[in-house]
Amino acid sequence: MSGSPARRVLAVLYRHLALYRRSWPRVFELMYWPSLQMLVWGFVSAWLASLQPGATQFAAGVLLGGVLLWEVALRSQMGFAISFLEEIWSRNLGHLFVSPIRPVELIAALIGMSLLRTLAGVLPAAGLAWLFYGFGLFDAGPVVVAFFALLLMMGWAVALGVTALILRHGAGAEALAWGVLFGVTPFAAVFYPVSTLPLPMQFVSLAVPAAHVFEGLRAALIEGRTAWEHLAAALALNLAWMAALGGLFLRQFEGARERGALLAIGE
Amino acid sequence: MSPPPAIVVESLTKRFGDVTAVDGISFTMPRGAVWGLLGGNGAGKTTTIGMLLGLLIPTSGSVRCLGHDMATDRFAALARMNFSSPYVALPHRLSVAENLRVYGHLYGVDGLEARIRDLARAFELEAFLDRPAGQLSAGQKTRVALAKALINRPDLLLLDEPTASLDPDTADWVRSRLEAARAETGAAILLASHNMGEVERLCSHVLMLKQGRIVDQGSPADLIRRYGREDLEEVFLDIARGRRAA
Repeated sequence: MSGSPARRVLAVLYRHLALYRRSWPRVFELMYWPSLQMLVWGFVSAWLASLQPGATQFAAGVLLGGVLLWEVALRSQMGFAISFLEEIWSRNLGHLFVSPIRPVELIAALIGMSLLRTLAGVLPAAGLAWLFYGFGLFDAGPVVVAFFALLLMMGWAVALGVTALILRHGAGAEALAWGVLFGVTPFAAVFYPVSTLPLPMQFVSLAVPAAHVFEGLRAALIEGRTAWEHLAAALALNLAWMAALGGLFLRQFEGARERGALLAIGE
Repeated sequence: MSPPPAIVVESLTKRFGDVTAVDGISFTMPRGAVWGLLGGNGAGKTTTIGMLLGLLIPTSGSVRCLGHDMATDRFAALARMNFSSPYVALPHRLSVAENLRVYGHLYGVDGLEARIRDLARAFELEAFLDRPAGQLSAGQKTRVALAKALINRPDLLLLDEPTASLDPDTADWVRSRLEAARAETGAAILLASHNMGEVERLCSHVLMLKQGRIVDQGSPADLIRRYGREDLEEVFLDIARGRRAA
C-alpha cells in the first residue's frame, strides 16, 4: 500500500478524525443543529397532525421527512467545505500540496469526511424523530437510501463550487461554506411541490437535484410509489453539476498555483 | 548511467502582473549537495522555492527535480522531496505523533511507526509525541517540522529559513541535527536563509539573489575571498548595496 492513492486519502481522513477526537465542541456542533431542527419541526408537525388527522398527518410526515433529508444536503456540503477550511485555518495547505497527494485524492478524502460528518449529524436527528414523533425515515421505503445518496451528491457538488471560490478569493469567501445552500432552499421544493412556485422559479427549480428528490419523497409518502423519473433526473443533474463544479475546482486550483495563493491563502 | 542532478533550473521566470519576482535564473544543483539561496527580502527566494515545489507555476522556463519535469510529472518528484518552513504550520490540534503519522502516510513511508520513533529520538521529541503541536515552543515546533520534512528520507529537501525565530542555542542544535540527517540520508538540501553563519557552516555553494536574478554564486570561502571580506554577511551587504567583487 506504500504510496498508494488509497493510503493518501486515508491519511487525510485520519488527519480530520484525529482532529475530532481532540475537539468535542466540533463533534457536538455536528449534531446540534440537525437535532434542534428536528425538535422544532417535530413539534410543528405534531401540532399539525393533531388539528385534523388524515391529510395533515401526511403533511406532517412530508414536513419531517423534508427536514431530515434537507439536512443531508446541508451537512454534506458543509462537511466537505469546512474540512477544506480546516486546512486553511491551520495554515497546512502548503505542506499538504507539496506532498504527493493529487487534487482528486484530496477531493475523495473531503467526500469521505463529508459522509462521516453527515452521518454523525443526521442519524441522531433521525433517532429523535423516531423516538419523539414516531416518524421513521424508512416509512417511505428503501428508496430513502437513494434519496440520501442523491442529496449527499448534491452537497458535494455545491461544496466543490464553494471551495473553488475559496481558492479564488481566499478565506474571505468562507461564509459561503455555511450559507450557500440556504439560498437554494426555495428552489429545492423541500416542503412544497415544484408546481407551487411561480413559473420562472420552476425552471430554476428543475435544475436543482434536490427538487427532484423531494418530489420523489412526496410521491413515496403520499402516493406510495417510487418516482423513477425524478430519481433519474436527480442523478443526471448531480453528475452534470459535479462534473462542472469539479472542473471549476481543478481550474481554480491551477489558478491558485499560478498566483501563488496556495502558500498564502487567507483573508 | 549516473542519476540526474537534484535540481535543474533553466531560464526560470515568474511574474505577478507587472512585478517580476524571479527573472530568468538558471542553475544545476548536484545530488547530495547542500546549497544556500541568499538574498534580501523580496529577492525571490520564496518564489523560487515555491516553483521548485510545484506550488507555483512559472511564467516561463523549466524546473526538473530529481530528473522529473515539475510541469508535467511533479508528483513523482514530490514523493522523494520534502519541505519545511516556519511560515507553513502543521495542524496545531493534532499531536506530534498524529502529525508525523499523517505525513508518513501521505508520503507512503514503510515501517512508519518505527520511523516516527527514530525521528522522535533524533530530534528529542519523545516527551512531546502525544502533545498537540500548537502547545509546543517555537524551538519544539521547528524540530517537529524538520522531523516531518525527513519522514520520507527525501532525496531533496527544501528548507525556507529553518532557524528563523530560534534562539542561538536552539538554532545551533537544529543545524547539528540537519548535518547529521544529511550525513545519514545523503539528501541534497537547498536552504534559503538570512542567517549567514548558518549558510557558511552548512552550504558548499551559495546562490546570491537580488531582484529575482542570480547576481553571484560560489562557495562561501570563494565569495568571501573574491569580495575581500571577512565573512559572508559582509559579502551579502556588498551585494545588497550594489558593490562588485574585488
